[in-house]
Amino acid sequence: MIFRKKVSDNTEISSSGENAIANKEIEGLSQGQIVRRRFFRHRAAVFSLGVIIFIVVFVFTALDFRFLGIWHVKGWWKWSPEDLPELRFGDCPNDTVGCPTISLLPKALGGNGIGLGDHPFGQDDIGRDFFSLVMKGTQRSLSVMVVIGFLGGTIGTVVGSISGYYRGKIDAVLMRFTDFIITIPAIIIGSVVGYHFGNLGAMFLAFYLGLFAWTGLSRLVRGEFLTLREREFVDAARVAGASNRRIIFKHILPNAVGVIIVSVTLLLSGAILLETALSYIGFGVVEPDVSLGLLINKYQDSFTTRPWLFWYPGLFIISIALSINFIGDGLRDAFDPRQRRRISKKERHESATARKLAQAND
Amino acid sequence: MLAFILRRLGILSVILFGSSFILYNMAAISGDPLADLKLSTDPNRDFLIASLTRELQLDVPPPARYFLWLKGIFGVFIGKPDFGMSRDGSTVAHSLALAIPVTIRLVLAATIFAIVLGISIGIVTALRQYSRFDYSMTFVSFLMFSLPIFWVAVLLKEYLAISFNNFLREPNVPIGWIIGLALFSGVFWASIIGGSRKTFWLAFFSAALIAGSIVTLFSLSGWFLNPGLGPIVITAMSVGIAYGVTQLSVGLINKAALKASLTMAGLTLIFYYPAQWVFDKHPGSLPVFLMACITITIAVFVGLSFSRIDRAPIVRTTIITAVLSAGLVIVDKFMQTWKPYMETDAINYRPVPTIGQRSDLLDTPDYWLNSLDIVTHLFLPTVALTLISFAGYIRYSRGTLLEVLNQDYIRTARAKGLTERTVIMRHAFRNTMIPLTTIMVVDFAGVIGGALITESVFGWSGMGTLFRQGLLGYDLNLLMGVFFITATLSVLANLVADLLYSALDPRIRVGGGA
Repeated sequence: MIFRKKVSDNTEISSSGENAIANKEIEGLSQGQIVRRRFFRHRAAVFSLGVIIFIVVFVFTALDFRFLGIWHVKGWWKWSPEDLPELRFGDCPNDTVGCPTISLLPKALGGNGIGLGDHPFGQDDIGRDFFSLVMKGTQRSLSVMVVIGFLGGTIGTVVGSISGYYRGKIDAVLMRFTDFIITIPAIIIGSVVGYHFGNLGAMFLAFYLGLFAWTGLSRLVRGEFLTLREREFVDAARVAGASNRRIIFKHILPNAVGVIIVSVTLLLSGAILLETALSYIGFGVVEPDVSLGLLINKYQDSFTTRPWLFWYPGLFIISIALSINFIGDGLRDAFDPRQRRRISKKERHESATARKLAQAND
Repeated sequence: MLAFILRRLGILSVILFGSSFILYNMAAISGDPLADLKLSTDPNRDFLIASLTRELQLDVPPPARYFLWLKGIFGVFIGKPDFGMSRDGSTVAHSLALAIPVTIRLVLAATIFAIVLGISIGIVTALRQYSRFDYSMTFVSFLMFSLPIFWVAVLLKEYLAISFNNFLREPNVPIGWIIGLALFSGVFWASIIGGSRKTFWLAFFSAALIAGSIVTLFSLSGWFLNPGLGPIVITAMSVGIAYGVTQLSVGLINKAALKASLTMAGLTLIFYYPAQWVFDKHPGSLPVFLMACITITIAVFVGLSFSRIDRAPIVRTTIITAVLSAGLVIVDKFMQTWKPYMETDAINYRPVPTIGQRSDLLDTPDYWLNSLDIVTHLFLPTVALTLISFAGYIRYSRGTLLEVLNQDYIRTARAKGLTERTVIMRHAFRNTMIPLTTIMVVDFAGVIGGALITESVFGWSGMGTLFRQGLLGYDLNLLMGVFFITATLSVLANLVADLLYSALDPRIRVGGGA
């Protein structure tokens, strides 16, 4: 009898080890809460979220901010891209000028202490502060990215959901329209617009790129809608007399929101790479405006002598794109109900011992 | 099926017509080719304007001019397409004929490498889900995803090409590098093989030892200046390939397949010297191609003669082994060419170029020197493109395989008592490849269209350069020619992807019901 009791005890342990968290996960939680919990368990994603928030705040408060000439906020950084401070001579390796003053090594370890110095990222050819240039460029790239993501996400969702929900003729027309948009290179539109209206600035670039960036998303959303509209809860809603609008917004869209959010994050990280690449080959943001791609293009030849002019803009592009990709990964894990949960070492160990005990007792 | 293809082709031509019409008109109003002339003070200004107007047909309004261009394109149906003249005096067809092979050369190798590397790493990460290897590869793939190619290119030029050329001046690998490489390969292979602690350390030490000793040997023997494999190493590697391919394809338990593959490895040794003779006496692509055909024919015969039943998989295994072993012989020939190549004046011991598609100074009729020149120029762009595009394949193949492994038919296969190899390679891997195949097709077309940046970074003159030239120089015919090729390719690739999907996956039927 003692023997039997032991077995049942062990099965209890093992079942509690594997199911307890799963149970806790479903019990009385809204979808939003489940997603939030799962997202916050993804350590890399949470860290990336922190990085992105830090970069945005850091970059957008660094320089003076003017809005329509009425609203003026002073930035915390002393130079602006328009300033022309004196080019710093001396203290630089290989007789170069304007090298970075940033120092991350504490004095105790033989460095110059942690601090930004006068020109943390160095100075460009004519002495402009490179830190403020990178800040300006990152601001441009970030805002272009957000506009592309917003426009592309909205158009893609609308086109995809209408085409997936109504199917038939509407679907055929919209999808052929999507194919049509895919074949037109965005660069052409850019150069046409640039020729006729002059350089309209980064925001306009973002606007027309956004008008062409939604095709992939709309196909995904369409696929999702095609599956979801055949599900029982949609039938139930229809039988209950819900209107099309209500079914789309209340029943299908909340279930498709995972796919949408995840692909919008991918769209965002693609957008920053697209903008920098276009600016790099001269079809995107053009001088006198500043963009990260433009900075890299301008200073790639000085890589051997003054590598900092090349490193810092690139590091900002990569850290932004990388963080967004990780956030997207975290969101995908959080939204995907089929996703197997990552089992922590402790739980794995516990269930393994339980299984071993059970086997030994068999 | 035929009706479906015809209907799709009809829709596609309407789409192409619409987008080319819009593109032509937009490009036509995007600049004024006469702007420079109108401002000039040249005495025969009016004559120049008139001649340029006649040459570019500027007196015809753009929408009508589009149809003149389209008339030339419709020549496709009578076998004589006319893409018109480019502004520099050559025909667009000629420029395209020069540019298309360049672009394909640029992206083909990179795409193949990216696919092979990406899918194999993706599959290993899926099989070792949530292991340290999985996490580090996830990180690496996200990092690659986030890299701008123009940025990577500059780094590669500096740290791969220039430092490697400097290294060749005195090709001794520093001891720190040897240790680092050994440790890296130890960790890499140990985490792939996995298993218990004992196998982990065993794999770690053997991989580290092998890698370390190979690099040391290379360094001491001056291999980097005069590389080569030689018949012995080739045979040893072929035997390894024979075992590896047989294990992955049908399992070592299948003795007939193993014997056939090992025979092919042995034949590689026998045919090594005759192959060298052909390479030296009859250099050129045709002999190499003919030898490849002969190799495959022999492989088919060997495979058939060793097998009694179940012949197809055995023949397939033999062919793969034969092709890979023969590839080693070609690689060996390239390595033998390395020394004479470096000694030419054009190269002068700095073999890895950072820019361009050929060495202009290399003036030699030698087939192998020229081929090696193409290969060295391909090196940097291929590494850059592979690094950037293989991340996507890792993510995608990992995700698909994980999904497939959760399916019921995998559980059934395991329950039937099939070996893990059969379950993974036959049941899981093949089903993973279905969506991947369609992605590859679309991707390849996309890469050809998107070569603009890569070409500009590495100074190649392919389709991207023509596109840029057409756009900046108001060369409508050139621009439209490039657009016509890339757009047709991309819509056709989508069609092929759909057809492939239905051919590979019997659950999906195109056009059947609708």
